[in-house]
Amino acid sequence: MSFRAAYVTFPGSNCDRDMAMALEKVSGVAPTRIWHGDSELPDRLDLIALPGGFSYGDYLRSGAMAAHSPIMRAVKEAAGRGVPVLGVCNGFQVLTEAGLLPGALMRNAGQTFICRTVPLRVENSQSLYTAGYEAGQVIRIPVAHHDGNYFADEDTLDRLEGEGRVAFRYVDTCNGSRRDIAGVLNEAGNVLGMMPHPERAIEEDHGGTDGRALFESAVRGLVGA
Amino acid sequence: MKVRIHVSLKPGVLDPQGRAVHHALEGLGFSGVEDVRVGRLIELEVADDTSDETLDAMCSGLLANMVIENYRIEKAAPAAAREPA
Repeated sequence: MSFRAAYVTFPGSNCDRDMAMALEKVSGVAPTRIWHGDSELPDRLDLIALPGGFSYGDYLRSGAMAAHSPIMRAVKEAAGRGVPVLGVCNGFQVLTEAGLLPGALMRNAGQTFICRTVPLRVENSQSLYTAGYEAGQVIRIPVAHHDGNYFADEDTLDRLEGEGRVAFRYVDTCNGSRRDIAGVLNEAGNVLGMMPHPERAIEEDHGGTDGRALFESAVRGLVGA
Repeated sequence: MKVRIHVSLKPGVLDPQGRAVHHALEGLGFSGVEDVRVGRLIELEVADDTSDETLDAMCSGLLANMVIENYRIEKAAPAAAREPA
């Protein structure tokens, strides 16, 4: 029983190492690094992670260029087959730009870069990624972004809420996101995008370990433990 | 052929950047500005036979994010026949 994960490094990714460490610490297996220019993923992956950063210098729109890089064709195809995909921060932006998640991430309403640890409410504790939390539990996870203002039209927001696809919500208004949404799931539940960084809250030295349960949930859900 | 793509936020989508610019204009003493929306202008140099469908596909596929933005395509007027040298 071994957990096979991969993470994608785009030019400008800067949280890829943190993501790799989090996956390794929790699963005990080092994930495979994939370059954005690769066109194929390793076989039989349990999880694909898209890390935070500033892929392609945020040219055009955050995540827009990365969403069309060669590896994303393979990621889309894998997601369609049900392979779990976790996108954090820039990874979330890439997932919306690639059409794997609804909505868009706009410039923060206050126009400033926000870098601090914020309380999040776990809205859905039934998903692959959140089963290790209690519904309604408040966890503390760092955010660090300029474009985290989640936007979707009212119909889409109603649908997301109705289908339990809002995974996390900011307890306090953070960046102007519609309905304070911090993370959303796709319809099948195998793709999660979130602006806060669970991989930065894995060990006591990080100042908190509230992100650990997300990775533990995924590993447990995928390979059993 | 020169093509200009004007990308703008859809009506109803809050534009924090436009609001900050609006505020700054007022700070400079310009009164009577009712609203500011900041968009993006992309200039393309494309083959003359590029179809409208292709331009639309470029816009909706990459240049604009259709969740939050609209685009308008402006083709430069065809160059007038040149005088022989």
